[in-house]
Amino acid sequence: MGGYLAMELLRFTTAGSVDDGKSTLIGRLLYDSKSIFEDQLEAVKTASERLGNEEVNLALLTDGLRAEREQGITIDVAYRYFATPKRKFIIADTPGHIEYTRNMVTGASTADAAIILVDARNGIIEQTKRHSYVASLLRIDNVILAVNKMDLVDFSEEVFDKIKAEYTLIAEKLKLKNVHYIPLSARNGDNVVNQSQHTPWYNGSTLLRLLESLPVKEGLDNLPTRFPVQYVIRPQRDEFHDYRAYAGRLASGRIQVGDRVTILPSFTESTVKAIDEADKSLHGAFAPQSIAIRLSDNVDVSRGDMIVKSDNLPAVDANISLLVCWLNHRPLSIGAKYIVRHTTDEAFAIIKDVYSKVNINTLEDIAGDKTVKMNDIAHIQIKTSKPLKYDLYAENRITGSLVLINEATLETVGAGMIVKSFEEQTFSI
Amino acid sequence: MSNRLTHLKELESESIYVLREVAAQLEKPVLLFSGGKDSIVMAYLAYKAFYPAAIPFPFLHIDTGHNFEETIAYRDELVKKLGVKLIVGSVQQSIDAGRVAEETGVNASRNKLQTVTLLDALAEHKFDAALGGARRDEEKARAKERFFSHRDEFGQWDPKNQRPELWNIFNGKKQLGEHFRVFPLSNWTEMDVWQYILQENISLPSLYYTHEREVFERDGVWLAYYPFMQLKAGEEVVRKRVRCRTIGDITCTGVTISEANTLEDIISEIASSRVTERGGRSDDKRSEAAMEDRKKAGYF
Repeated sequence: MGGYLAMELLRFTTAGSVDDGKSTLIGRLLYDSKSIFEDQLEAVKTASERLGNEEVNLALLTDGLRAEREQGITIDVAYRYFATPKRKFIIADTPGHIEYTRNMVTGASTADAAIILVDARNGIIEQTKRHSYVASLLRIDNVILAVNKMDLVDFSEEVFDKIKAEYTLIAEKLKLKNVHYIPLSARNGDNVVNQSQHTPWYNGSTLLRLLESLPVKEGLDNLPTRFPVQYVIRPQRDEFHDYRAYAGRLASGRIQVGDRVTILPSFTESTVKAIDEADKSLHGAFAPQSIAIRLSDNVDVSRGDMIVKSDNLPAVDANISLLVCWLNHRPLSIGAKYIVRHTTDEAFAIIKDVYSKVNINTLEDIAGDKTVKMNDIAHIQIKTSKPLKYDLYAENRITGSLVLINEATLETVGAGMIVKSFEEQTFSI
Repeated sequence: MSNRLTHLKELESESIYVLREVAAQLEKPVLLFSGGKDSIVMAYLAYKAFYPAAIPFPFLHIDTGHNFEETIAYRDELVKKLGVKLIVGSVQQSIDAGRVAEETGVNASRNKLQTVTLLDALAEHKFDAALGGARRDEEKARAKERFFSHRDEFGQWDPKNQRPELWNIFNGKKQLGEHFRVFPLSNWTEMDVWQYILQENISLPSLYYTHEREVFERDGVWLAYYPFMQLKAGEEVVRKRVRCRTIGDITCTGVTISEANTLEDIISEIASSRVTERGGRSDDKRSEAAMEDRKKAGYF
């Protein structure tokens, strides 16, 4: 039990095209790690029989909605949970079809690792590139290329090596950081949880062992300190008459009592007087802890402000370059005004220009085309109604990300990652 | 050197972040309190999120009239301790007012009727966010739920048209008459909840620990016997030592034969269990998409 109380959390996403066996792989991970209960298995058995499947279809464990079961597809991001004695895992299971790029981006936004599935018989296809592009775009630290259905190519080392060689080039182009390759068969369980007898030539880890050992959020607390103020705590009680604390979750870095801090956007300076975690006072805290900070000076701080250490400030600017993934069926409109939500801050934004669009199948830039439709990824320029306090997405996933909201429908329509200005960079690959 | 939070600490931090977002973004939130362990943990996290200020929203309990008396006693003591206002929505009143019709037959339950009482209570008090203790690991339809789940004027959930939720940015914007269901415990599993209760030493209603009571077996599930429950031919009331793994309406909450009387016992019992906690919930067994259908209509 001491082990359980000391476990870490790893969030990963899975991407693959319709027939790559993604749901079967997740079903296999849950089943072989004994995370499936009897009543769940019983329900899946019954459903498999009703749908005319000969074997128990592990994919049915994950397809939750009626329409998904009927059409045999995954529509929305589904979250799955399992644990081993080492780690708790959260899977964001995303549908792989092209219309669902937005779901893939959603699942990838919180992931520490991505499993990208390929069918050993087909090798790398356009969708593999698309999934890899999303992993690169969202800056997922670890990518696992799971070469599935090895049983259908006689567990051939040659087939595996060829796919690996081809993908290595893509990974280089996309600047993927840590890439791992595993030959497996989700249907039969080879190299998923248990080492396969059929791949004596493979001496790497099984998928589960790898997931248990990948580094998670390494160095998040070593990044510059960013504390977006979420809520001001002011108790209406006599015993806490002068108590005033700024509540929030540390986006990155660490903070200690006595640290010299700057409040943005006012650039006021103060010192950390106390750090509270409910009824406990802490000497220091690190990301992603939720805390409340009290300052030595009576300064004006409200929701949307950011407290940072004075020795390392973020950019404070209203002209911002973004890579945006469009999430809505109404296309992006140049010159239009949107609501922008960035950390705990909110402002308006006007779309100034669309520089280029990325063809996510060929990974090429499309210049001149300024229409940005659902599932498109484009490099755009916005101007906000007040300066945002931000870092580049490549350096900080929390202070470098924002969403655009349609002012009329109030739907979330765009996911933005802050990049260097168009003149300074070309992200194309 | 890199510091890392344990998974329980990270889940706690995420939930507190969500609770504070609700208080900051919405005007009139309410916490749905059922008396079950998940809503107890949610209430505890809300206490932590705003301390030393009071929790800035009231609690709403939808009382089916078929609640365990231990649940009600625990509820009343907790709201007194936390100093929050309690609102009770009564299913009995909805029945008396002709808003819903009581189910008939041996499997009659007021569980589904709660939806109408809940939506009525949200409308009456003009609540714009209802915080629920539901977890994504509970059920397949819940696995697709957002933290901030948008509901239309009819309280309906449209699973195919949900707002994308990226990073930790929540969009709490809504049109007049619409509301949100917010689930701070989305990423917790049953085991996480129990481990957290142990770690934080949170007190629970006695129902969760072993006790002797009158029970009968139906379709392989043990149910607590109360005089308003109809027995089928061949069903027999016996006394056994049991405990609740989940707590809901009496008519659909299965109990487990158990001797567990400490949190450590409960955790090892769950670790070796081969059935999910909702395995004892007959409301989910009505059809394969029972939860999806109830959720679309506005259920918790």
